[in-house]
Amino acid sequence: MSDTATNHHGAGEDHLDHPPHGSFKGYMIGFVLSVILTAIPFALVMTGVLDKSVTVPLILLMALVQIVVHMVYFLHMNMSVEDGWSMLALIFTVVFVIITLAGSMWVLYNMNANMMPMSMPVSPATQAATAVGG
Amino acid sequence: MMATQSHSHGSDTMNTQAYFDGDRPLFHLPKEPHHPDGHSTMLGFWIYLMSDCLLFAGLFATFAVLEHSYAGGPGPKELFELPLVALNTAMLLFSSITYGFSMLVMERGKKNATLMWLGITGLFGLAFLSIEMHEFAGLIAEGATPQSSAFLSAFFTLVGTHGLHVTLGTIWLVTLMVQVAQKGLIPANRRRLMCLSMFWHFLDIVWIGVFTFVYLMGVAQ
Repeated sequence: MSDTATNHHGAGEDHLDHPPHGSFKGYMIGFVLSVILTAIPFALVMTGVLDKSVTVPLILLMALVQIVVHMVYFLHMNMSVEDGWSMLALIFTVVFVIITLAGSMWVLYNMNANMMPMSMPVSPATQAATAVGG
Repeated sequence: MMATQSHSHGSDTMNTQAYFDGDRPLFHLPKEPHHPDGHSTMLGFWIYLMSDCLLFAGLFATFAVLEHSYAGGPGPKELFELPLVALNTAMLLFSSITYGFSMLVMERGKKNATLMWLGITGLFGLAFLSIEMHEFAGLIAEGATPQSSAFLSAFFTLVGTHGLHVTLGTIWLVTLMVQVAQKGLIPANRRRLMCLSMFWHFLDIVWIGVFTFVYLMGVAQ
């Protein structure tokens, strides 16, 4: 039924099948920003001017900003592409990606931390014995 | 509720008739409205890209987990050559902007200029792939093979999958260049070029993740 509203809206605007396109200016802005946001993290890591604890969050931040720059200026994403369905699919994906990444790292970090220390190579027989004993 | 709103508009009787039987709202369309050819292709392709994104999320998560499992072998600091990675990044970024230019001239219906920019994009794509193959070959020659450690398995899987995507994208690009050369900038070809445009820019976005998480963070740590 929401289709009715969409059709109505579409007919009113005489909106043809024109997906959003960029302009030369838009592509150049995206390109220059990308160059800057690539050059800075590479320079930071290659020269090592800053402490590791500062460098890592900085390069992560710049990667995040650059992804947004690419989305906006190269992929022309906004709320109105395909009546917002593209953005909805993107938000769903971002949530999934965050859960996958954060969840895997969290769970497996804890598994690693709680593992029984195995400093020496263990033979299958000893391993079985430990498993029974533990 | 939506239907009532539309009904009350009343200006577009054709539209109203299609969804109402007298005052009774119709919950099923009497017949499928006509859709222009390929009108849903872009959204469908976007959803494919999002699913591809989930595939890469899985590989990134695997890499994040196995990142420090060197098995006594070499780590990122010994293996990665950042100048080479920077060059590779530049190649992919250049290919993104030249693809953008080909889309701009395509909109103005300039067939030869479109083909020229697509060709330049393809060359940058090939340069990226050559540098990556060179890097992989160097690593394997040093003995840092995918079998050496969990870190290297995850590395080759993640970066290799991205490289495979770029390879397929380049083959697709050549295919579309042949199509455009033969049939011109017909609507079907424009639609295909727009899909490849999304694919190509998407691969550049994945590469931002790769150079940041794999190379820069690996060396910084």
